[in-house]
This record gives sequence, C-alpha cells and structure tokens, in this order.
Amino acid sequence: MLTWSLGFLILMVKLGAVLLFLLLAAAYLVWLERKFLARLQVRYGPNRAGKYGLLQPIADMIKMLTKEDTIPEGADRVIFLLAPAVVTVTALLMFAVIPFGGDLSFLGKRIPMVIADLNIGLLFVFALSSLGVYGIALGGWASNSKYSLLGGIRGAAQMISYELSLGLSLVPVVMLAGSFSLVDIVRAQEAYPFILVQPLAFVIFVISAMAESKRIPFDLPEAENELGAGYHTEYSGIRFGLFFLGEYVNMQVLGALVAVLFLGGWSGPFLSGPAWFCIKILVVALVMIWIRGTLPRLRYDQLMALGWKVLIPLALVNIVVTGAVILI
Amino acid sequence: MASALEAVKALASGFATTFMHLFRKPITEEYPEYKRVLPARSRARIILTRDPDGEERCVACYLCSAVCPVSCISMQSAEREDGRRYAAWFRINFARCIYCGLCEEACPTSAIQLSPFFETCEREILKLVYEKEDLLVSHQGKDKEYNFYKVAGVVTALGGKGEHFREDPPVDIKTNLP
Repeated sequence: MLTWSLGFLILMVKLGAVLLFLLLAAAYLVWLERKFLARLQVRYGPNRAGKYGLLQPIADMIKMLTKEDTIPEGADRVIFLLAPAVVTVTALLMFAVIPFGGDLSFLGKRIPMVIADLNIGLLFVFALSSLGVYGIALGGWASNSKYSLLGGIRGAAQMISYELSLGLSLVPVVMLAGSFSLVDIVRAQEAYPFILVQPLAFVIFVISAMAESKRIPFDLPEAENELGAGYHTEYSGIRFGLFFLGEYVNMQVLGALVAVLFLGGWSGPFLSGPAWFCIKILVVALVMIWIRGTLPRLRYDQLMALGWKVLIPLALVNIVVTGAVILI
Repeated sequence: MASALEAVKALASGFATTFMHLFRKPITEEYPEYKRVLPARSRARIILTRDPDGEERCVACYLCSAVCPVSCISMQSAEREDGRRYAAWFRINFARCIYCGLCEEACPTSAIQLSPFFETCEREILKLVYEKEDLLVSHQGKDKEYNFYKVAGVVTALGGKGEHFREDPPVDIKTNLP
C-alpha cells in the first residue's frame, strides 16, 4: 500500500512538473520565436512589456483570458467548443511517453524520468498526432465559415499526407533500436546518435514534422493571406489561445521527438540529462524559427508533390537500404 | 540531379542571408524614445500663422472651410474699423481632420498651415476641438515674407478698400450668385 501510494505521488509530481514546464515553455517559446524571428528580420520584436519584453507572454495570456469568447451564428456549437481542446490535449498527451532524462533513484526506488514508458510509445505518438488532425478539421468545419472550412480541409489533407512520410521515416530508427519504446530508442543511441547513420531519415522526419505542426513553410491550413487565419478564423479569446498553445506545445513535442529519435535524447557530457534534453529541444526550435524566417509558403500542389512524390519514395528507399545493411 | 543541386544551393544561400541578418543592428526606430525630425512640409497639426507685423493673417474668407472634405473647419468672419477682416472665432475639429492639406492649398493669405507636430492624441474627444487661441501661433510658418494687408484689403492713407494700385474692388457677394 505504501509503495503504491508513493508511486502514485511520484507520478502526480511528475505529471504536474511536466505540465507546468510545458505550459510555461510554450509561453516563452512564443516570446523566443517573436524575438528571434524579429532579429532575423532586422527588427527588435517585443520589448515593451518588462525587460526584453519578457512579460509579453503574461500580457498575452491575460488578454486572451479576458477577451470575449464568441461563437459564430450557425456554428456547430458542441464541435466548435471541443475542437481547440482536441488540438491542445493531443499535443500535451504526446509528452507522456517522451523520456526527458535518465533514471533517478529516490528513497531506494528507481524513478524513470518519463511519465509512461509504453512499449509502443512511438505508435502512441503517431496515434495522437493523427487525432490532432480532428481538432483542425472539425474546428474548420464547425465554424460555418468558408475560410475556416478551406483551412480545415487543407489541414486534413496535408496532415494525412505527411503522416505517411513521418511514419515511414522512423521505421529505420525503429529497426536500428529494435523497439517502439522511446526510452529504448534513446538507450540504443548511447554509442552514437542516429542522425549520423540516418541523415536521410532525419531530413525527411524534420520536414514532415514541420508540415505536421503546420509551421511556415507548410502553414497552408492557416495561410493568412488567402484564408484570413484558416481553421481558427472564427475563434477568439481563450479558445484561440488553446489552438495557439497546442501549436507551440506541438513544436516542443517535435523538438523532443527529434532529440529523442536522432540526437541521442537526454545523453550528453557534463550536464544533467534534462538539461541536455532542453538544450536539444531549444536548438531544434531555433532551427524551425530560422526556417520560418527564410522560406516562403509552399503552393498547395508543391506541398502535395513534395509529400507524395519525394518524401514517401525516399523514405521507402531508406527503409529498404537500412534493412539490407542490417541483414548483411 | 543538377536541378536538385541548384535547389540545395539556392536554399543554402537563403539560409545564409537570413543568418547574416541576425548580426545586423535592427533598423527599428523606437518611437517614444527616439523621435525622427520630420520634414518641414510634412502634414500634421494645423496652425494659424501671423504676418511679419505680428497680426493675424486669416481674412476669414471661408475657403478652407469650403474645401475641407470632412468639414472640420468652421469660423465666423468679422471686420475691423479699418476694413481688415478677421475671424471672430475659428474652430478646427481635429477628431475629424484627415490632414489632407487642402485648406493650406486653398488659403489665399498663407494663414492656415500644416505643421509637422503630430502628437495630438487625447483621451477625451472634445479636447480635440481646437479654438482660435489654440490654433494661433506667433510666427509666420513656412511663408516668412507674405503680408496680404500690406498691399490690399484695408483702408489706408492712399485710399479705401479696392482703390489701391492693381487692387480689384471688393466682390459684392449678392451679385456673384449664379
């Protein structure tokens, strides 16, 4: 009984810490993105709220919480209200299987630095990222607006297309590690990170992951010049905030996945595991912002052609070659 | 294959360009701390200037009021004993003004001018209604020399209104109707 309640307590503490860290990091990721993007564009970025604009995320949060929560006439109310939650919850849940450090021992007990070490962790991540599409498609559909609908349709088509190459690019990693568990994948990289042996899979994964998280240059679902704001055109207040939060949590999840699958997860010299993990996520996030500051948005046909005609065949070839090398 | 190499090269040069921009000083002018000196002819707050003698230039001809596209200028004309016209009251509603500068162009005596001073924000909209004493300034504005009443429009020792050299008699507005 005592061990059970202690385990429950530790689990709750871990959940709380991860959730708090994720939400706080999402807020400051927005700040970092605005600041870094601004410097790429020879601007200052937010610098009024607090020193270096550090209070800007808090100001934004207060603004979103206090704004009116409007529901457009003719909207499908239940789905409209539910959609942002789907996006945020799926993004947050993905972090449950991501290991952010090596094992700790506390009171003679081994505490793994992961909320749930599922043996199908990677499949769990894929399942949730597919579910995240529903938030976008349903949010776009329920808004009763043509821009939202177009954004939702684009989102669904894009994310289904890139899900394939996302999954296929990771098959070689799973083959090398021999496990779907993210903890085992990190353990398998103790000698060398997989980016060295799987550079092609890494490139395919990063491109598909960026398409999956709807970031520039793959932000067609929310292309503001054509669709207003795409699937979240009609959202306001905290529901828009939830979409926004989901997007940035997703960015962290992708950074974490890149770190876990290709960059060796928490392992690294001198610093502790979680610190290395955070640094790796940060580097991936900065590169994603750099890409945002450089590339223009793809056209819809280019997006589909890239996904179906380039990334998927390349991923398949990569699987065959990796398999052959492992066999020999 | 060659085109793929070309594409990669193009991408790399793009990324290099944005990366180099990281080390440049931002070109943003941070407004309340740094105020750029605006050109003398930039159009913002309207002023009523005085002639070199220090008298009001405005002859209350209503041309600015007539040309104003948003009808934000209103006035009442009056006449002094020597025949010199002036505005008994002159009012500009800056809440409506669009700073188009048509009043300045219409003004026959260089009285009404637009100044580069643009910080006229108020929390209360009625504070944006400027009266004549708010508009009058003690200088000549952009036109330093011009002095309408030196040559016309008043009774002098040389003659009455409209009797000076090259001066037309005053228009009788009653006969000027279409």
